[in-house]
Amino acid sequence: MTKGAARTFRAFAFELMIYGLLVTGYFFLVLNLLGEWLRQVEVQHRYLYAGLTILLIVGQAVVLESLTTFLIRLLRGRSE
Amino acid sequence: MFFPISGAHISPIYLVIVGFVIGILGGFFGVGGSFIAGPALRLVGLDWNFAVGTDLAHIVGKSVVAAKRHRALGNVDLRLGLIMALGTIAGAEAGAQLIQALKRAGNVNLVVSVVAIVVYLSISTFMLWESRKTLKSEKRQLPQGKVKGSIAKKDKSAFRPVTRAIQRLKIWPMIALPTSGVKAISLWMILLVAFVGGLFGGFLGGGAGYIRMPSMVYVLGIPTHLAVGTDLFEIVISASYGTFSHAVKGNVDILIALVMHTGAAIGAQIGAISTQYFAGPKIRLAFVPLPLIGAAIVIYTLFTGHKL
Repeated sequence: MTKGAARTFRAFAFELMIYGLLVTGYFFLVLNLLGEWLRQVEVQHRYLYAGLTILLIVGQAVVLESLTTFLIRLLRGRSE
Repeated sequence: MFFPISGAHISPIYLVIVGFVIGILGGFFGVGGSFIAGPALRLVGLDWNFAVGTDLAHIVGKSVVAAKRHRALGNVDLRLGLIMALGTIAGAEAGAQLIQALKRAGNVNLVVSVVAIVVYLSISTFMLWESRKTLKSEKRQLPQGKVKGSIAKKDKSAFRPVTRAIQRLKIWPMIALPTSGVKAISLWMILLVAFVGGLFGGFLGGGAGYIRMPSMVYVLGIPTHLAVGTDLFEIVISASYGTFSHAVKGNVDILIALVMHTGAAIGAQIGAISTQYFAGPKIRLAFVPLPLIGAAIVIYTLFTGHKL
């Protein structure tokens, strides 16, 4: 393995570790709190639930994309 | 972990790993990965209706990430993507109606399975032939070992004469796609490609990126990198429509989709960045096994009667 590849691999492993910790916290805090409420909405207000599914998945996508981009820049400088 | 909406018990680590793998495939090839996600969710006991709807919701999130990354790399043709979204939605509705008609006729499983096998095998065979032929002709023309950097984005295809003939068809209205380097093409050709992609998506399930991405390259003449990025952008719109429709019918467990997406978010970034290091024909050659996996799953289901 070349020096550059080893450095990239280390940075990636570190990035995965930070990301893993954040995601674990996210599971236990956000999903546990949201779960029951979303189930109620899904049963009682189907159209509201359908709108919320799009908002939640797009919102999470934008936040996580910003987070991973930030982590990549933090660990590898602004070379990406 | 218990997911109250679908009532399923699924390990979140399993969901994150599945999301990660599909994220890499999506970022690199511009496909939704439903041919893997559907069976992977079914494998852990999720009902088919939830597997299909939840997979679509997850595709929306994953495609937002990958499309944003591709846009930053200059790989998204917004005009083409918006036009294609219209054709895809119409095609998806037609595909769903076709399924309903076959359900009424009572032979939906056999017909869909046979069509899926034929389509998947045809795409793989054609792309294997074309990309190998293009790579061979490039080898004869280029000095050895020069595939990275600027050369990686130049896109040659052994199918180019047919693509040019299609672009010469003057069916009004003709439009230009400057981002994709297409001077003039009939709007109807774009809508037709999108409609056929949507039709297969509605008929066989998922986003049908396995048919739309190659069609954009071979029929419309879009460079592979742009086809991947634009397909992802278009998937965001059409999969959002599909997710809303399935959620109204009670087929989406958004909590499962959110967990899967945490893995897909990082996988999609890795996949999208990796496209920079491969030339178009190499991406197309690497694409060949994907429809074969889909065909293998359908053949298994057809002959054993078990759903994966």
